Amino acid sequence: MFRNVEELVELCETKNLPISEIMIRQEMEVHERSYEEIFSQMERNLDVMERAVNRGITEQVKSVSGLTGGDGKKLNEYMQLNETLSGNLILDAVSKAMATNEVNAAMGTICATPTAGAAGVVPGTLFAVKEKLNPSREQMVRYLFVSGAFGFVVANNASISGAAGGCQAEVGSATGMAAAAIVEMAGGTPRQSAQAMAMALKNMLGLVCDPVAGLVEVPCVKRNAFGASNALVAADLALAGIESRIPCDEVIDAMYRIGETMPSTLRETGEGGLAATPTGVRYKEQIFGTGSK
Amino acid sequence: MKYRSVFDIIGPVMVGPSSSHTAGAARIGLVARQLFQKEPEWAAFHLYGSFAKTYQGHGTDVALVGGILGFDTFDTRMTESFKYAEDKGVSYSFYEEEANLDHPNTVKIRLGAGKEEMELVGISIGGGKVEIKELNGFELRLSGNHPAILVVHDDRYGTIASVSTKLAEYEINIGHMEVSRKEQGKEALMVIEVDQNIDEKTMAEISKLEHVKKVTKIHD
Repeated sequence: MFRNVEELVELCETKNLPISEIMIRQEMEVHERSYEEIFSQMERNLDVMERAVNRGITEQVKSVSGLTGGDGKKLNEYMQLNETLSGNLILDAVSKAMATNEVNAAMGTICATPTAGAAGVVPGTLFAVKEKLNPSREQMVRYLFVSGAFGFVVANNASISGAAGGCQAEVGSATGMAAAAIVEMAGGTPRQSAQAMAMALKNMLGLVCDPVAGLVEVPCVKRNAFGASNALVAADLALAGIESRIPCDEVIDAMYRIGETMPSTLRETGEGGLAATPTGVRYKEQIFGTGSK
Repeated sequence: MKYRSVFDIIGPVMVGPSSSHTAGAARIGLVARQLFQKEPEWAAFHLYGSFAKTYQGHGTDVALVGGILGFDTFDTRMTESFKYAEDKGVSYSFYEEEANLDHPNTVKIRLGAGKEEMELVGISIGGGKVEIKELNGFELRLSGNHPAILVVHDDRYGTIASVSTKLAEYEINIGHMEVSRKEQGKEALMVIEVDQNIDEKTMAEISKLEHVKKVTKIHD
């Protein structure tokens, strides 16, 4: 099994295979399953993601608390009717990322990538880039294996849990995973995927997990929005040949150490950051009643 | 390496909103249910750390109850689990604990039916992945990723060998095994993760072995 990004990239280079293929082969070997089984399981995950995206951009989704819902749809409609400033591809990714997280907050069915709170970034970017690159269904499934490969390294060497490492571990990881996957889909090299991951994650370091009222809503939905835009920019930087001065594995390690030193009030306890602002506290009281802990 | 599959990262397919606080909680509840082997009459959930602080917002309570009713992470009955519990006559209660444990997302589940009781401690380590840390006071490490059998037995020589010999007889490969006891010569627990599901016949034969008191299994 590859233990870090460098080993993953070296495996790709020695065997002259894309990252997605290395991930599939490892899964076959470790779990003694066939290519078809693994591929079709991932394809079912893709179907779940597609349904969540479509639901979020077309239906008026609303969470139980009423804090979130409908913004993915709103942005999607804005794009159709207006000349946008930041461009349609980025905003398409953003709207689809938000749509997924809004469906999640409404207790709808999603696929965790790598977590539910960060579930928007990977499908959001995938279904936006799809419009530009017209990939085959197989390439779309492979996008998820590339994302999974990088997430696998982060989960084993750092963390993908907001309670353990803050939002950098969740939306940060998802952003890096998506950036790397976009690069492979766009025809970049495995090493460029690693560069994209490094640059995307660097920009997310230190991000705290401070959910208002402890709900996976504010600021999670919009953090996924910005994660999606970051992933696209990082992919373009890597495809342009720009490199991270700090290697990807060291960025992941830095993320881990930052998480370790983060106070618990900023690790998914709903006690610090935005959750502790006057408005954040007021929302909590409105939702759970005054005097709620 | 804690995560061994790409589907730990891209997955699980689940009802929102949180992989650690909803899907993970449901999975711990589901493992408890599988080990208890029947519908409990009552359940008590002791929540620690982030679980204690944010369980209502994340639907951790709903998911834990769904889990002990046997619902998996993607089961859409999950959101209505309290109602299902009521219909089935399963009572439940939640306790917010102050103690700081090693892991921020820890839950102790106690289940009961008639005279039978069980206690389990589980942690949700992120992305929907869970580990079972304690069962009826025995420390153990169970990932829930593989089928596993749990054997409660008297702490006597030869018992471990007889159980593993029985598994070998049926060509069942052991992936991971742990043995723990509370006191020398008293009750002990074997946790054996295996590569394939174990059928009822094998289970029955293991339960008849000398010094073996109880055998339960959990599957994928």
